[in-house]
Amino acid sequence: MTTAVSFQHVSRHFGSVRAVDDVSLDIAEGEFFAMLGPSGSGKTTCLRLIAGFEQPTSGHIEIFGATAEGVPPYRRNVNTVFQDYALFPHMTVLANVGYGLMVKGVDKPKRDAKAEEALALVALSGFGGRRPSQLSGGQRQRVALARALVNQPKVLLLDEPLGALDLKLREQMQVELKTLQRNLGITFVFVTHDQGEALSMADRVAIFNEGKIVQVGTPEDIYERPQTRFVADFVGSSNVLSPAFTKASGGPERWASLRPEKITLLRGNAAAPKGQLKAAVTVKAVHYQGASTRLNTVTAEGHQVNVTAPSSFGRVADGETLTLHWSADAFHVMEGER
Amino acid sequence: MRSDGTRSAPWALKATAIGGLLFLHVPLLIIFVYAFTTEEKSYQFPPPGYTLKWFSVVWERQDIWNAIWLSVKVASIATVIALVLGTCAAAAVSRARFFGRDYISLLFILPIALPGIITGISLRSAFSVMDIPFSTWTIVLGHATFCIVVVYNNALARFRRTSGSMIEASMDLGADGFQTFRHVVLPQIGSALLAGGMLAFALSFDEVIVTTFTAGQQATLPIWMLNELIRPRQRPVTNVVAIFVIAVTFIPILAAYYLTRDGEHTGGAGK
Repeated sequence: MTTAVSFQHVSRHFGSVRAVDDVSLDIAEGEFFAMLGPSGSGKTTCLRLIAGFEQPTSGHIEIFGATAEGVPPYRRNVNTVFQDYALFPHMTVLANVGYGLMVKGVDKPKRDAKAEEALALVALSGFGGRRPSQLSGGQRQRVALARALVNQPKVLLLDEPLGALDLKLREQMQVELKTLQRNLGITFVFVTHDQGEALSMADRVAIFNEGKIVQVGTPEDIYERPQTRFVADFVGSSNVLSPAFTKASGGPERWASLRPEKITLLRGNAAAPKGQLKAAVTVKAVHYQGASTRLNTVTAEGHQVNVTAPSSFGRVADGETLTLHWSADAFHVMEGER
Repeated sequence: MRSDGTRSAPWALKATAIGGLLFLHVPLLIIFVYAFTTEEKSYQFPPPGYTLKWFSVVWERQDIWNAIWLSVKVASIATVIALVLGTCAAAAVSRARFFGRDYISLLFILPIALPGIITGISLRSAFSVMDIPFSTWTIVLGHATFCIVVVYNNALARFRRTSGSMIEASMDLGADGFQTFRHVVLPQIGSALLAGGMLAFALSFDEVIVTTFTAGQQATLPIWMLNELIRPRQRPVTNVVAIFVIAVTFIPILAAYYLTRDGEHTGGAGK
């Protein structure tokens, strides 16, 4: 498999701020790769390093085997969909989409035809004569996508492209982007701070924190087997359990994660089935969610555990005592934590 | 809160407004009237007779043509310098982040806030300290100091309204620096530059104070007019030239007003 983008010990410092700190990374050709992290974690800087808007302070970047350092953005076969779309307001939609071909000297009939094709690809046929100001947010986003795709980039960079859209449109665009990526076979590098978006769309996800990549893997890897407390917290909904808790409940004395849906509930202070690990907890808060109910519970030692109660379990009251039990292999020990 | 917004203004306010407008514009009318008078030594009212002869006198006097030509030349060069430097400065201040940026911004605007006499004196002493002889170029330099401000302010306001990622988008799509400037930056700031340039030209064209300190023996049109008023010879000639100056300064200012108004509309439409 060809490597599309390769980072080898790349750092980018702004003064004393280490925006990107010794990042090594390989993105395969045709992959849908998501960079996920809180704001200021370095993911956007990584994207800009690939686009050529930033140069690494140290380290080496290759795009399809060619050295990228010192190559200006306009000589890279990489295109970007910007967070604010950055459409040119003084041009029509067709001229916007044809811009990349225009500056390369493609004659007008040919570039208009190509631009129309690209607009059809994003379901905007017939919008060519309008101005960007006459389009809705979702339509502008598609124009930005068409404007990048018309250049047939080897890598398409997307900087939080769905951030400005409302929830329904965002979900629809997630499906469309994914389909588009499958059909075109272009490598997508997608930056987002929305874990749901990253996990649902990407083939692989890199989690960023403070300029470093803390974990790279498939969405299942990241979700099921977080390697650090940060990843477990950021991806969400998993219980992060301290070594003291795991030891007390009969597990190894290590930081571990435990998915709420893997925990079984019993009322009162009951005995767990043989071979199962258990903990006695008090219910602190009850969040009714329709098909299930989410409970925030706490052990006598003060460890917090979130569990999911199926609707068949019946009503649970605040302050009620429950017994939790789970199989020994439900614990996922976080290798990144000592 | 006032709900009766459509009520007509009280008569006293109307009278004051009309009085103010008359005070401002009647002297202009008088200049027009005396351009046609037959009396050449004093301004007696009403004029004893009317004639068009002063227009032909102006046409034949070489000193007037020299003054007009010098003014046009100085204003043109100062405007070009202001356009180039003002745009570059505005681009730097709005795009880049560097130490002391806000102070540099203030220093740029200072020449128009300072009284012209200060700019004049300081330039004159600088020229003499550096042994620079007075020439057309010293006038141009003097005018450029305040012309830059006009262009800078116009360009800066426009730069701040345009998205920085647009330039990056252009580069990303394969346009080099020159193509990006030609296809993306210039269309964005073009009308602002045109307006700024015209205003700069008009400012330079009728500037007196800074010119007095930096001109040496040469006379731009306003300086020539000042000299004419001191020597009462063929007085109506000055009025004819004044009409010419009003025309020359009024047209670009009016055009600039309409152009920036249009720019506001297209800029606002982009949201």
